[in-house]
This record gives sequence, C-alpha cells and structure tokens, in this order.
Amino acid sequence: MPKKVVSGNYAAAYAAKHARVEVVAAYPITPQTSIIEKIAEFIANGEAEIQYVPVESEHSAMAACIGASAAGARAFTATSAQGLALMHEMLHWASGARLPIVMVDVNRAMAPPWSVWDDQTDSLAQRDTGWMQFYAENNQEVYDGVLMAFKVAEHRKVNLPVMVIESAFILSHTYDIVDMPPQEEIDGFLPPREPLYTLTDFDNPTAVGALATPADYYEFRYKIAMAMEEAKKVIREVGKEFGERFGRDYSQMIELYKADDADFIFMGMGSLMGTVKEAVDVLRKEGYKVGAAKVRWFRPFPREELYELAKNVEGIAVLDRNFSFGQEGILFNEAKGVLYNTDAKPIMKNYIVGLGGRDLTVSDIRAIARNMKEIIERGRLDREVEWYHLKR
Amino acid sequence: MVSSQEVRKVEVPENVKKRLSIPFEENFFAGHTACQGCGASLGLRYVLKAYGKKTILAIPACCSTIIAGPWPYSAINANLFHTAFETTGAVISGIEAALKARGYRVKGEDGIMVVGWAGDGGTADIGLQALSGFLERGHDAVYIMYDNEAYMNTGIQRSSSTPYGAWTTNTPGGKRHFVEKTHKKKVIDIVIAHKIPYAATASIAFPEDFIRKLKKAQKMPGPSFIQLFAPCPTGWRAPTDKSIEIARLAVQTAYFPLFEYENGRYRINMPSTKKEPKPIEEFLKLQGRFKYMTKDDIQKLQEWVLKEWEELKKKAEVFG
Repeated sequence: MPKKVVSGNYAAAYAAKHARVEVVAAYPITPQTSIIEKIAEFIANGEAEIQYVPVESEHSAMAACIGASAAGARAFTATSAQGLALMHEMLHWASGARLPIVMVDVNRAMAPPWSVWDDQTDSLAQRDTGWMQFYAENNQEVYDGVLMAFKVAEHRKVNLPVMVIESAFILSHTYDIVDMPPQEEIDGFLPPREPLYTLTDFDNPTAVGALATPADYYEFRYKIAMAMEEAKKVIREVGKEFGERFGRDYSQMIELYKADDADFIFMGMGSLMGTVKEAVDVLRKEGYKVGAAKVRWFRPFPREELYELAKNVEGIAVLDRNFSFGQEGILFNEAKGVLYNTDAKPIMKNYIVGLGGRDLTVSDIRAIARNMKEIIERGRLDREVEWYHLKR
Repeated sequence: MVSSQEVRKVEVPENVKKRLSIPFEENFFAGHTACQGCGASLGLRYVLKAYGKKTILAIPACCSTIIAGPWPYSAINANLFHTAFETTGAVISGIEAALKARGYRVKGEDGIMVVGWAGDGGTADIGLQALSGFLERGHDAVYIMYDNEAYMNTGIQRSSSTPYGAWTTNTPGGKRHFVEKTHKKKVIDIVIAHKIPYAATASIAFPEDFIRKLKKAQKMPGPSFIQLFAPCPTGWRAPTDKSIEIARLAVQTAYFPLFEYENGRYRINMPSTKKEPKPIEEFLKLQGRFKYMTKDDIQKLQEWVLKEWEELKKKAEVFG
C-alpha cells in the first residue's frame, strides 16, 4: 500500500482529496491552516478538481459548505477553536438541514488567554449541535477518519455531518507514516454522494428549512435522534468494511488496549491515548493489571460498548483534556451518566490533564496509576475530580 | 376554494403574452402569509417572474422566510433554501460553487439562477460581512436586498437602513423625541465600492424597470446586486392600499432614486431623471412612522436627500 510521511494536517488534506470532495470553503486559523493550504496546492497543481471558496470568516465557511452540500456537492472544511466557536450557529443548521458535511477540527484551546495548543474543549463545546465526532489518535486515524466520515455521514439512514478531530501540533504538525490506499480502491469504498435533495430538480422544487410549528418541530428533532442511533450501526459496519478493505479495523467505537484482564483502565480520547498505551506497556511490566479504552466516537456516544467494558473492571480513570466549568471533565461526566442506570459500578475518577497543551507524559500516567491502585484497594475515592498537573 | 393555479388558467393568447413587459409566468402563488399591501412579496413575485422556476432562492431570517409558507408548504415554485440571518452571501456562494462543481451552467440566459433574497437588516447590518465576501469573490449569483427600512419580521425595530426621523419600536418617539437619529445607510455605495459589474436600485412602484434590471443582472457575469425599495404598511404605519404610491413618491422626491452602476458607469433611470424632486413632505405625510418629526427634522432630512441626490447626479455626470 502506498505510504507517505505526512503531518496530521496533510493526512487530512490527502483524505479530502482522495474522498473526491467537490467544494471546500475555509478560513485560516492556526493550527488548521496547513490543511487548506495543502488542498489549495492540490488545486494549483491540477491534482484535484475542487471548487475552493476562500471565505471571509468561519461562520461563512460553514454557511458556504451548507449551501454547497444542499446543492448536492460533497463539501469539506476545517477549523480550530475560535473558528469552530464562530461556526456554532451554523453547525446546528448543517445537522438540522441533514447535510453530510465533513469538517476537521484541530483541537486548540479557547482564549483568553491566547493559546494555540491542544485542548478538547473547543470540539466538546459543540457536543449538542447534532454533529458526529470522531477523535483521532494519530495521523493514520486522521486520514482514515475523514474517509470513513463521508461514508457514515452520507449513509441514507444517517445524513448528518461529521467532525474529525485531531490534536494541535501533536498531530497537526508532526510527521508520521500514513498508509494511503490507491485511488480506485478508495473509490470502491466511497462512491459518489447520493444526496437526499439537491435544489436542482426544477420540476419538483423543494423548500428546505421552513418554519415548523410546535405541531411538527418535535418530530424533526426525533428524526435526528433516531438517525444518530442508526449511525452507531452504520459506524460499526463502515469501520468493519474499512478493515476488510484496507486492513485497519474500526468496527469498535471504543478501542480497547490490553483491557481483557485489567483491574482498571484509563479512558480518554485523541492523541493522548498514544501516550497512555505506552504507559500501559510500562505499567504491565511493573505488575499493574491495567488497560486502556480509547473513545473514538464521542457522538453518537457508544453507550453499549462502555457498559460492556465497565462491568468487567474495578476502576476507570477518565483522562479529560477538557473541562466544563462548574461541573467536571466532559467525557467523565458522560461516562458516569451512561452507567448510572446499569449494574456496572466501577470506581471512577476524573483526571483533568493537558489543558492548553500541557504535556502529559508516561510518568504522569504511572503516577495516575499509583493513585488509582490506592483508591481501588481502599475502596473509596480520595476526590472525584483531580487537576493533575496543578503547580503546588 | 379555487387554487392559485386554477385562477391562472385564464386564457391569454400567446402573441399577447409575448408583448407583455412583465412576464406572464407566475411562480409565487396565492396562499402565502404576507400582510396586506406588502411591498416585499410583490417584489419577490417579480423576481420569480423574471427568472422563472429554474431558480434557487436563498432566504435568510426575514419576513419572506415566513411569507413563503411553513413546512410542509411553499408558495414558491422554485427551489428554496431557508438560511440563517447573516449568511445569505455565503450560502449563495456555496450553492454557486456546488453547481459549478457538478457541471451546471450558472447565470446567463440558460443557466441556473442563484438568488439571495434578504431584507435590509439581513443585508446592511448582520449580513454585511457575508455580502462583502460574496461580492469580492465574484460569484455568479444575484443578491437582492428588499429594503423596508427596519426589522419588520421581529416587530419593527430600526436597522441601519431606517431613515432619519422615523418611528420604530426601538426609536419610539415619546416625550424625549427619541426617534431615529441617523440617516439611512447607503448600502448600494458600499456594494459599488466592491467594483462589481452590476448594481442597481429598483422600486416596486416601477416593475418594468425592476424586471429590466433583473434581466440585466442575469446576463452579467459575476455578482449582481439590486436594492429594491419595498414599503411595509404594517411597519410604516401606512394604509395598505398606499404601498405603490409611497414607493413612487420615494422615487419622485429623490429620497430613493433609481439608478444603475454598470462596469464603472452610473446611469440615473427614468423616472428619476424626469422632473425636479418633489418636496420630501409628500413622501412623509402618507406614513405614520414620521409623525414625530419636527419641522427641523423634516428640514434636516430634506437637506440630506438633496445633498445625496446632487452627489448621485455628479457621479452620473462624471462617470456616465
């Protein structure tokens, strides 16, 4: 299989090109910019036929993608942090109009204070917009994620947008080997889009997004809720097919690492899980029975997989590179909520790590493991939420 | 009940149809929810007559998004995408890009017409940035601002297009004479500053002029912009049978002159060229929204109108 040494951002750009996107509308923001620069380069070199709309804001980037997708095109954009926040209104519009747009969000901390470094709060703040969210651990997953995202988004039972999320700099600007299947094999996996509507049937014109009274609005929301449930099946099928075709299986929405016989596991999302896996190897050698659970898809949330995992472990250390002020880490909050009405009751502790790009190392994970072991032996939490890196 | 389609089964000979300066074809049907005397819906009807059903309309938050009809109805016989308030310029850019990517002809005699139809608030205020982006990037689409000089859909709040001295619900007159204190924003001048091929003002009182301008906008490559004066009897506190008369007086007083900007040249259109402007009072007196204006206010507005008129005439003289 052809391999390239590329940054996470270039992996995203190649994936967009290989997905044969038809319209790209985007606005520059660090650390996203090199995705769009690379796509512009493809266009300039005649390597891709893409209508590129260099808009005047991220709000317009999403609005232009919405127009393009509504008119039947496969549309793509990318952004980070402030740009994503500016898009917020239109994120709701994209899902409400049932448009399978794919966007890469390069996780970046929200200002102030200014920060360009990794932090998941930007994407998680868009939790309730009706977008699916896929968190990539490495550059290969950025590439694979974009290809799968289009297939899932455009599935006739789904028709909802997908956000593929990668870490600022840790992935976006770090080079790694990425397998890229030949174009014809990708075309076999991802055929041209078959839109729900295109705005180009002039004998049967349609009106999209008109006023719905209280007598109808409720059902519109229910349909999106059902499409999200359906998306779980589609994600697993598409992930399985991707594995069969290209050798990397994504049929699990939560990827487990040495979790089978683990006493406790680390749970998290994105690039930090690479460090966690390495730490698990080290800890295993030191006699800890630990594993890792990487949540790949945060929306739709893999409730069933989490339950299956939780009923077999004594503890879960949830590593959140994000925070919901006035509450706790967002993944922790979600995971606890899923388990509340079940018989799975592992001890769960929330470690707030890596905000604004603070480095999370193997030795940090080892310290967290020691703390978790003590908690499990004692049978009760020292505290529920710990700001792990705090300067004392 | 008779459907609007049935009403229009009136027999009109083809040779007569051909001679009509306003196309016979109807693509905006009865059953829409506009107020009586609504200037905007008359304007939209003309747009759909001029461009026919091979049109994709984008309508942001404004009266027209409601007038077009609630789900699952639509009074419009063309494809319609309802969008968010500030996005008209961006959404029509995206639609145009998609059509080109999918191999369609856009604009011109036989192309698909992509039309943004937005109010003055959605254009001059919240949508100005997206409008500027659309104009600057040169997309093949037509943007029409129907100007009823306030946020009518939310209940008559002032916009930057509201004239000096007007009452609105957030410039309510009262003891302290709290009326609109700034002059109408010259959106058309901002548009022309983008040096697009074609921009024009139009009025529902002069439909043939408007249709001609719509057709010209269709033929011109790149972005076109038309600012359509569209009285709102509800918001202007005016009788519902006076919309056309008020719109006509706006032109005749030079409050809203009709002109075109075409590839760098200005041309003032009939009837604005016909006579000297009538006094502004003639335009004001038919509308309750100006009842709080003092003599000084009227004088101030009159001076502004004539100053702007002189400026436009100079432009037409120098860049005609």
